[in-house]
Amino acid sequence: MAAYLLRRLWQMLPTMAGVIVLVFVLFNWVGGDPAYLLAGKMADEAAIANIRAQLGIDQPVWVQLGIFLKQILTFDFGNAWSTGEPVSHIIASRLGPSLTVLVPLTLLETFLGIALALAIAFVRGSLTDRAVMVACTVGMSISILVYIIVFQYFFAYKLGLFPVQGWGNSLGENLLHYALLPIIIGLAVSIAPTLRLYRSFVLDEVGQDYVRTARAKGLKERRIVWVHVLRNAAIPIITHVMANLPALLIGAFLLERFFGIPGIGREVILAVERSDFPVIKAITVYVAAATMVFNLLADLLYQAVDPRVQLK
Amino acid sequence: MNHMHHDVSPGLWALAWRRLRADRIAMAALAVVGLFLLMLVLSAGGLVAADWEEEVAVNYAPPTFIGANPALAALAQPQGPTPPNAFDPLADELDTLKREVGRSHPPVAKALTLPFGADKWGHDILKKTVKGGETSIVVGLVAAFVAVALGTLFGAVSGFYGGYVDDFFNWFYSIFTSIPSILMILTVAAVLQQKGVATIVLILGLTGWTGPYRLIRAEYIKHKAREYVMAADAIGASSWRKMFSHIFPNVSHVALVQVSILVVGFIKAEVILSFLGFGVPVGTVSWGSMLNEAQNELILGKWWQLAAAAGAMALLVTAFSLFTDALRDALDPKLK
Repeated sequence: MAAYLLRRLWQMLPTMAGVIVLVFVLFNWVGGDPAYLLAGKMADEAAIANIRAQLGIDQPVWVQLGIFLKQILTFDFGNAWSTGEPVSHIIASRLGPSLTVLVPLTLLETFLGIALALAIAFVRGSLTDRAVMVACTVGMSISILVYIIVFQYFFAYKLGLFPVQGWGNSLGENLLHYALLPIIIGLAVSIAPTLRLYRSFVLDEVGQDYVRTARAKGLKERRIVWVHVLRNAAIPIITHVMANLPALLIGAFLLERFFGIPGIGREVILAVERSDFPVIKAITVYVAAATMVFNLLADLLYQAVDPRVQLK
Repeated sequence: MNHMHHDVSPGLWALAWRRLRADRIAMAALAVVGLFLLMLVLSAGGLVAADWEEEVAVNYAPPTFIGANPALAALAQPQGPTPPNAFDPLADELDTLKREVGRSHPPVAKALTLPFGADKWGHDILKKTVKGGETSIVVGLVAAFVAVALGTLFGAVSGFYGGYVDDFFNWFYSIFTSIPSILMILTVAAVLQQKGVATIVLILGLTGWTGPYRLIRAEYIKHKAREYVMAADAIGASSWRKMFSHIFPNVSHVALVQVSILVVGFIKAEVILSFLGFGVPVGTVSWGSMLNEAQNELILGKWWQLAAAAGAMALLVTAFSLFTDALRDALDPKLK
């Protein structure tokens, strides 16, 4: 096990190096000289040279890459260009609000998705099954923007059931007051693709021999589906959930923007609007690292769920 | 001995078309997609909705089926000449100019209602939706072709040559997949710093090649050991020729299905990018920029622009997704 872990971590290194080089190339070559961006419209030679010296971009390329590496390893990306806030503080303080929305959303989505997928698999091929699948296709074709605009308008603005936007200081207040409508919208948007996907995972299993055997020995359909089928369908479900977690951190940016939630996604949008390169660079590198770690965690979870899986 | 059949057996595409034609939902979806594409061609050719920027109605004119808003009636009259200002030193020049303009553009009464209402400036929503659809669909289609072309090229080279080449492209693939696609899109948007239809196409195309790459690579690995490729090798075909004249026609259905999957995803992505202001430039209308305006209009109770853009997009995406599902089933019946 330890050997497996070590080897997987070792294999991440080239990919991580690639991500770092990609981000470096994007921001240092494609992006042009940030000194002109920072110095403003009426800049003189001296000011630009000064900024270039501060950013280290008057150095040779390998020195610049070294500076970037050092920033990543020490979690010190300096200050954001637009606000002067330390980038590490931005990331640390925006993570909490994002997770307040994402953790309940992911849990609800997964459990609801599994329950509905198993229930639908029960009646596969029936009119209900087909109606639900058509509803899912239609639901998926409506832009997430429309869901947010309409839900925010009706439930928060017209009916006043939820705050239109805002964020408080205590976790309880945020979770029960401010995050409620974003979570509901997130659920409404994501349940259709999740249900479709999980249904296909479950349907892959219901035709297997072990299901026939379970039926032959007289088990109730309920037990077959919830115990036998679920345990086998769990592997692709785990992959899906784990692989999506880091992407979700960014993917909720529209929710965070509309509802004024000070999360990571909103910070990325703001940084893109303000051309605040240090913030984008830091978030991109760390989200990529998180994606790799979560993929490894998913593989470790497989073994816990399915003892047949051997990690070598 | 059975009867020998000498007629040509139908090829992959003929069989797929036969299967597709038997599927009523697929044909209905294809008809809807075809209508949208027809609108696109007509609109791009300037035959339809070319005059969408004309201010033909009063501001926020409601749809005809709701009826005119009496409060807006005063706005509908053509504006009379402003009373002359005795202190204006340019009065004479302005007068001649006004007369000239009046001759070429006689003042017209603005409509109180339009079939599906008007936006803030009195533009016809229906024409605006057609024009916005042109932008969104063109971006989706071209970006999907760019992404699949890149993915096919990388996948073909990677799967065909194997070895170090394959390792290199796999490394590249793992880099791109470890950054979530939406973050990748936003990062590239931040770096490029230019708005424009070509920029969005480039962003989406350059970040979307990973899915097609993986599938095409697997196909090439499978096909390169087949007999027809060995036969091509024996007659001295070059690697390039084997890859793209011999193998590609046999895996092109995979690429086609990928194109149609990506079109749907890219249309959605363009709408979000344009909504955020990272997409189409000011002055170009797309479904995303329409939704951006509609967001504020909804609070004023003017729901028609939102309904038009959202409805048109939902209809197209539903039809396109249903057609894609059917196309995949028809081209790869083993999957069923």
